[in-house]
Amino acid sequence: MKIEEKLYTLHWKHDKQSHISITRADTCLDRCGGEWKRPCTTFCPANVYAWDGEKIAVSFENCIECTTCVLGCPYRNIDWRLPRGGFGIEWQNG
Amino acid sequence: MGSDEQFDAIVVGAGPGGTSAALTMARAGLSVVLFERAERPGQKNVMGGVMYGRMLADVVPDSWPEAPIERVVTDERVWMTTPDSAVTLGQRHVPHAASADPPNAFTVLRVPFDAWFAAQAEAAGVLLVPGTTVVDLIQEQGRVVGVRTGREDGDLRASLVVIADGANSFLVQKAGLSRPLEATEMALVVKEIVALPAGTIEERFNLEPGHGATIEVYGSVTRGMAGYGFVYTNRESLSVGIGALIAHFARTRITPWDLLEGFKTHPLVAPLLRGGEVREYLGHAIPEGGFRAMPRLYGDGVLVVGDAAMMVNNLHREGSNLAMAAGRMAGETAIQAKRAGDWSARTLSTYRDLLEASFVLQDLRKYERLPELAERRPELLELYPAILNEAVQEMLTVDGTSKREKQRRILRRVLARRPWWQLLHDAIDGWRAMR
Repeated sequence: MKIEEKLYTLHWKHDKQSHISITRADTCLDRCGGEWKRPCTTFCPANVYAWDGEKIAVSFENCIECTTCVLGCPYRNIDWRLPRGGFGIEWQNG
Repeated sequence: MGSDEQFDAIVVGAGPGGTSAALTMARAGLSVVLFERAERPGQKNVMGGVMYGRMLADVVPDSWPEAPIERVVTDERVWMTTPDSAVTLGQRHVPHAASADPPNAFTVLRVPFDAWFAAQAEAAGVLLVPGTTVVDLIQEQGRVVGVRTGREDGDLRASLVVIADGANSFLVQKAGLSRPLEATEMALVVKEIVALPAGTIEERFNLEPGHGATIEVYGSVTRGMAGYGFVYTNRESLSVGIGALIAHFARTRITPWDLLEGFKTHPLVAPLLRGGEVREYLGHAIPEGGFRAMPRLYGDGVLVVGDAAMMVNNLHREGSNLAMAAGRMAGETAIQAKRAGDWSARTLSTYRDLLEASFVLQDLRKYERLPELAERRPELLELYPAILNEAVQEMLTVDGTSKREKQRRILRRVLARRPWWQLLHDAIDGWRAMR
């Protein structure tokens, strides 16, 4: 089962504004690209982070709010905040 | 909500810990607001799926029999795996039919369970405010005096704030009660709800109707990372999941979904899931740092409970029960503080004393070295199950070789994989981490 199919089982109430931002794009490009190869593109269980060749593209609407990226980014370069009340993932089973 | 209203307590987060705290306080007549960022308690919450009856009944002694549980656990198994074998161990028991006591362990789905639990708190007088994210604490002269929510005019003051916002708590950081956590101190767990008919589950797991099994799976399935997989039975579904330290995911570049797919196709796991339909894919962070990663548990006007305080005993897959016990003790501490009219750290330190006198801190202290061992040497979690499987398979293979010769063979093979002084070293480390 592919990640796209897994995410298809989920329900969200989407917010228009993103609750995630990358603090410094150059950190992803230079330091992380050289030393860590951007692990956010592999550890995020909802595939929120993708490298587009220049910067990390953030699909915040896929986020399942596990907070892994907050600790997993080697440079603490991901500014992740709790979605506004009532928005975001809505588990059906938990 | 007017900011001039003064409540006795604000609880942030309607999980097992926060709801237990709120309910305990409200029952004693304290005025309590319980904030929850989901529209309905439970919708943001995930765990493997095993909960314990004693700590639940301590909080809701009358209504626990109505809790929406999935199955009463009567069969607990542990598997030590290689890619194509497992050494298995387990315990099975017949529950006493007429017992008035709550079952020891049962499986739950957190969305229905947490909603039910929060409704118990509301019935006790708690004012539940869902759909509301607490974004900050209001602090004055080093004292926590209230919370700031994401709503317009969303400040609310109270004598006490109970932080129960879960794993990777932002509020603990804002209160200055902890250093920032490390990627080695938190795990990521992903799981799926796999739907199967109740009868199929009972046949496959050899269970009576309503009874359940749990399997914890160690070894090759985590691919050299510190963690484990699990299969828990619900009424008409299985909770199938696997987790590892965030630091190990980052280092190995194994994706969580690949790890889960590999686990599901393990030759011992796959037959259990056959024909099942994946209903939901879930993921959550689980505290792994244990005792040494805990924040300060109290301050002026503030207490911390549950995952927010790293109260998870991973070796025994316990967490929600620690949260419920801690929540209850936080509530009892607040009742004393209200009586004394003093919400300072001095009075609230009773909370820490209660935890120290209970299994919560005693167990976390007992295993305080374990997280570091798992983090530093995850390869042992693959090596020893492999050695064990080889040894058992050798002894069970009837090929004309004498059993004494087989023992020699096993010893030679073990020593080839790990010299005796290293085995001794591992044994001492293991003993020190678990004694």
